[in-house]
Amino acid sequence: MPIIDVEELSREFQVMEPAGRFRRRKKTVHAVRGIDFSVEPGEAVGYIGANGAGKSTTIKMLTGVLVPSSGRVTVCGFNPVPQRKALARKIGVVFGQRSQLWWDLPLQDSYPILGAMHRMPEADWKPRFRELAEQMDLEEFLSTPVRQLSLGQRMRGEVAAALLHRPELVILDEPTIGLDMISKEKLRQFLDAERRENGTTLLLTTHDMSDIQRLCQRVLVVDDGAIAYDGPLTGLADVAGAVRTMVVDLAAPVHSADLFALPDGAVHEGIEAEGIRHSVSFDPRRLSAAAVLAAISSTAEVADLSLHEPDIEHLVRQLYGRARR
Amino acid sequence: MHAYWELAKSSFRRHSTYRTAAVAGAFTNSVFGLIRASLLLSAITTAGGAIGGYSAMEAATYVWLGQALLAPLGLFGTAELANRVKSGDIAVDLSRSVNLTASYWAQDLGRAAFDVLPRGLPPLIVGALVTGLAMPGSPGPYLLGFVSILAAVSLNFLGFFAINLLSFWVLEIRGFWMLYMVVMNLLSGFLVPVAWFPGWLLDFARATPFPSMLQTPVDILAGRTDGGESLAMVGIQLLWLAVLLIIVQMMVRFGSRRLVVQGG
Repeated sequence: MPIIDVEELSREFQVMEPAGRFRRRKKTVHAVRGIDFSVEPGEAVGYIGANGAGKSTTIKMLTGVLVPSSGRVTVCGFNPVPQRKALARKIGVVFGQRSQLWWDLPLQDSYPILGAMHRMPEADWKPRFRELAEQMDLEEFLSTPVRQLSLGQRMRGEVAAALLHRPELVILDEPTIGLDMISKEKLRQFLDAERRENGTTLLLTTHDMSDIQRLCQRVLVVDDGAIAYDGPLTGLADVAGAVRTMVVDLAAPVHSADLFALPDGAVHEGIEAEGIRHSVSFDPRRLSAAAVLAAISSTAEVADLSLHEPDIEHLVRQLYGRARR
Repeated sequence: MHAYWELAKSSFRRHSTYRTAAVAGAFTNSVFGLIRASLLLSAITTAGGAIGGYSAMEAATYVWLGQALLAPLGLFGTAELANRVKSGDIAVDLSRSVNLTASYWAQDLGRAAFDVLPRGLPPLIVGALVTGLAMPGSPGPYLLGFVSILAAVSLNFLGFFAINLLSFWVLEIRGFWMLYMVVMNLLSGFLVPVAWFPGWLLDFARATPFPSMLQTPVDILAGRTDGGESLAMVGIQLLWLAVLLIIVQMMVRFGSRRLVVQGG
């Protein structure tokens, strides 16, 4: 039985927009239009899309804090809105932009409250808390009030809070937003280990392609309230014809792109900094970065280089062949 | 139940971290107590020694008890819930496996428990030193007074919570808030004792839960009512508690259906 089952789910909002000097007109905005998908236990699914595509609206309906306009949602066997409290004991939710910790109390004081809310006896939540605190390196700031924690520290605390009751399903709404590389990587490692060891189902929204690459085998792309793609991540890149971009800084300026003997499938995109910086895009399925670099180095000395992955907005845009409104 | 106990305890601790605020609040309550007491006392002296059954000493006791209970009873309320609806943080509250009303209620009781001593004692001490207090000598009024305070804290909480819940329907509750404050301050007997109202206003006040929010515990603690009367007044408080609880639960039920959680 799927852990998340969504059928024909829609949500619309009424907004007022100005019509003339004094009058306002009601306008219906379709945030989510008739989406269908299901997630099996143990899956790790990335739910991606541009800002305003309908990701958060879907998440709110899955967790029962927003009533769908139409359609059917089942999460862990519950109907989220009427059975919100029972559902909350089965799932863990992390809102990257909000906190479920008690702002003016030391971090460690939040967990006894959460344990009690989930009706866990102390003998049950305490060992679990110790385990989470150790895995996520919370020890050094457990007695610091939450309001004084850095964003990275707080997010680790948030994730520990969401996992305290060993939920079957963890929903993460932009968990890595604003984190530095090291904090992001730590969080990803932890979530991946948690899923492997306990079979926890993960559903996460993010704008960071690396989150998806590290954590998810499957992606759902939502665009303008509808599911645009549902399948493996590699497939997404195929569909979208994703290209990587290599940016090289040369030791001496080269003013013409024709001087480079670029292999087939690589395209010279532009010259900057008076001939020092060149960017070359290539299709990673046909060419390796090493081959592109070798072609450039045979002509000029490369002082520095960087590689850029296509970002999610870019992929989604390519998928549709149009810019977002 | 355990979760609500933990929430109450955590709220007590949260408030105990703001000690300077408590001291400043107690100072303010005491200063305003002096102003209110001197106004009432000069009125009573002008009127020839008593107004509406209050002697000078009794009027001063009414003022000081009111000032002492002001903070513990939560007479100024808090717009925390409405602010969380505005910011969208209500999503976090609603994704917890506890009853929304009960979790806020438990936290308010924890706050009240902390406020009793640091906010309640200083005005009473100032009152005892400056005007003197007319307090009963038997334990009965204090015992019933304690029950009455608990009921009044809960009534004040539910009243403000209902106003906060309006934010499920409207974006801005400030107007409702102001209206509620004006009506509540008057009808609860905070400005002048309810007994001083003209007949029609007295009847009107008694048809509302407001006197139960302040006048009742003050009267019981000051020993103005005998045992039987006091019990009946606590009974009325509990009745209003049931009524407000039903209203609030209905509001949560229907409101959360149409609540739009703000933000992404």
